[in-house]
Amino acid sequence: MSRAGAAEQERVVILEAGRATRNYWRDLWHYRELFAILAWRDVAVRYKQTVIGLAWALLRPFLTMVIFTVIFGRIAKLPADGTAPYPIMVFAGMMPWFLFSSVLTEASGSLIGNANLISKVYFPRLVVPAATAVVALVDFGVNFVMLALLMAWYGFLPNWHLMFLPAFVALAILASLGPALWITALNVKYRDFRYVIPFIMQFGLYVSPVGFSSAAIPDQWRLLYSLNPVVGIIDGFRWCLLGGESQIYWPGFVLSLGVTASFLWFGIRYFRATERTFADMV
Amino acid sequence: MSDVVIRADGLGKKYLIGHQSAARERYTALRDVVGRQMRGFIRSARDMALGRQIISGDEVEEFWALKGVSFEITRGEVVGIIGRNGAGKSTLLKVLSRITEPSTGRVEIKGRVASLLEVGTGFHPELTGRENIYLNGAILGMSRAEIRRKFDEIVAFAEVEKFLDTPVKRYSSGMYVRLAFAVAAHLEPEILIVDEVLAVGDAEFQKKCLGKMQDVAGGGRTVLFVSHNMGAVRQLCSTGLHFANGALIQKGNVSKVLSGYALQDADVSVRGASPISVTRLEPLAPESGGALSVRLSLNGTKCEEVRELALLLYAANGTRIAIADLRTRGGLVLPLRVGPSGCFVDFHFPSLPLVEGEYSFGAYLVDSEAASDCLDIGRVYITPKVSAVGVVPYSSTARGFLELEFGVNYAEGA
Repeated sequence: MSRAGAAEQERVVILEAGRATRNYWRDLWHYRELFAILAWRDVAVRYKQTVIGLAWALLRPFLTMVIFTVIFGRIAKLPADGTAPYPIMVFAGMMPWFLFSSVLTEASGSLIGNANLISKVYFPRLVVPAATAVVALVDFGVNFVMLALLMAWYGFLPNWHLMFLPAFVALAILASLGPALWITALNVKYRDFRYVIPFIMQFGLYVSPVGFSSAAIPDQWRLLYSLNPVVGIIDGFRWCLLGGESQIYWPGFVLSLGVTASFLWFGIRYFRATERTFADMV
Repeated sequence: MSDVVIRADGLGKKYLIGHQSAARERYTALRDVVGRQMRGFIRSARDMALGRQIISGDEVEEFWALKGVSFEITRGEVVGIIGRNGAGKSTLLKVLSRITEPSTGRVEIKGRVASLLEVGTGFHPELTGRENIYLNGAILGMSRAEIRRKFDEIVAFAEVEKFLDTPVKRYSSGMYVRLAFAVAAHLEPEILIVDEVLAVGDAEFQKKCLGKMQDVAGGGRTVLFVSHNMGAVRQLCSTGLHFANGALIQKGNVSKVLSGYALQDADVSVRGASPISVTRLEPLAPESGGALSVRLSLNGTKCEEVRELALLLYAANGTRIAIADLRTRGGLVLPLRVGPSGCFVDFHFPSLPLVEGEYSFGAYLVDSEAASDCLDIGRVYITPKVSAVGVVPYSSTARGFLELEFGVNYAEGA
């Protein structure tokens, strides 16, 4: 960093009560290596001293998929999207849900989990919750490979919609980061909020169309149902992955986008407003 | 002007602390406890609704950890920050390293700051030594390229070559600390902020760390250094900042500030507690083996006459190591009349063979009413002797308390 340091040498930092840092986003960019290292740490630590290591990342989605297929597909006999096999539809809905839920869970506990860093070193605090999203992405990658295998097993081919998948992955991460930033910042001040997350996770799994198609929701309730931002994302995933078999319900999707955007805006705003006092409270 | 890298202006940091009023009640009644719990619950619910911090206890008090601190530090200055525990030193470092924001005032900082408030911040026990070097380096603000460049140097400094691929949870605590310090020692920021981190490892390693710090300080970088090790402060720093109760009370040449600290410190500890105190040291910071005069003053005692008086010397760990007993001067001095304006006694020591370090004074006093032991009535910091023959002394902890003068006769084997 000696070269970068020289260029920056005369940069003056002013510390004052209530003063927001200028160049916040540039500062954040400056700390991208820390972001990468923290993300790598979380991934590396996760499978240390586990016997079957990565197999855990395979086992959880696989078993969930089997159970949901049996309960919703076989026992409750809910319809699949078009002609898509039920397990594939479940898997396509489960991937974004796992992505969403693990980012939300990990990120919202991240500041407390890294309290020792926060009270001893300066860096833009946003790095910490953001880095946890990478761990979720790694698991997502594993899930994606499993989905490919599942599709090969059923002889199901996605079409050109697949191209849009990265956009929906990004959307899923943004949708979870919004509330996660909010909750992690609140968690620093009021530890009550760590009890909120398992709650959201438990209900969310059933409230979101993971085990069933959102087409199964009666039409008059569909818009209201789309207030849950995960609904739009799961629909999007199915639209990408199941080819023409799954349709996006557009008014609901736009509503989901709006909810996501406002959560993200509030989340970042609250996080930034309280960021400077984290070290005093954590 | 252009060379000022840190300018603090009226800096203050306020914390809110809570008290439990229960501690002052003599009886605990269920009714009171329930009432207090309810009040506490309502208050924290209200605080939360208003987005305020929750403070435990039912009485909230403001506490200023720093108040009205102003100073300037120029480029390349090596500053030692001293003061008792709770004087605000660490809070100052936290504010300067941007970990927490000041409540009042402002600071301007020019250049890249790296702060080392703890050894091994962010070390993860599950990760190997190699991995932790990268992790800790990044946390302290080094780039990956920079760490890679210095990797071998860091490993050599820490002496952990054999265990690089072992998780650090299997390290001995010494190895752990060595590795952690090694990473930190290879930071190269323009401004380095260091909190009491040299007090780790064995004597050998401490010496190495001090050497490394000296390199950093000599390299034209600005260093802020908090330590209770006055020897290290004197050795490394050119300027001293002395804090007490959150305020900056002296800034200037390091030896002046250090001696001011020795006296002020004594004053603080003595106020109201003991009728006797050390009010003058001459010289303020004596050299090991050099001369020293100590003035003991008696004030505000009800007693009229001192029958016995002894000056006692304690090591930093509280061991009593020496006595100067006034009775040995017999009827020349004792009994000593005190009178309403007090009195003083000067002790002269032509040569004090103490090994360098911090010592405190005590006194044993017998007056017309009682005998009393007074502890910690003053402090003295003995500076290292400059060796005439060019022998590098063993570390001060290895040499005990006294360095004896001696003659020598010897016979070599045939």
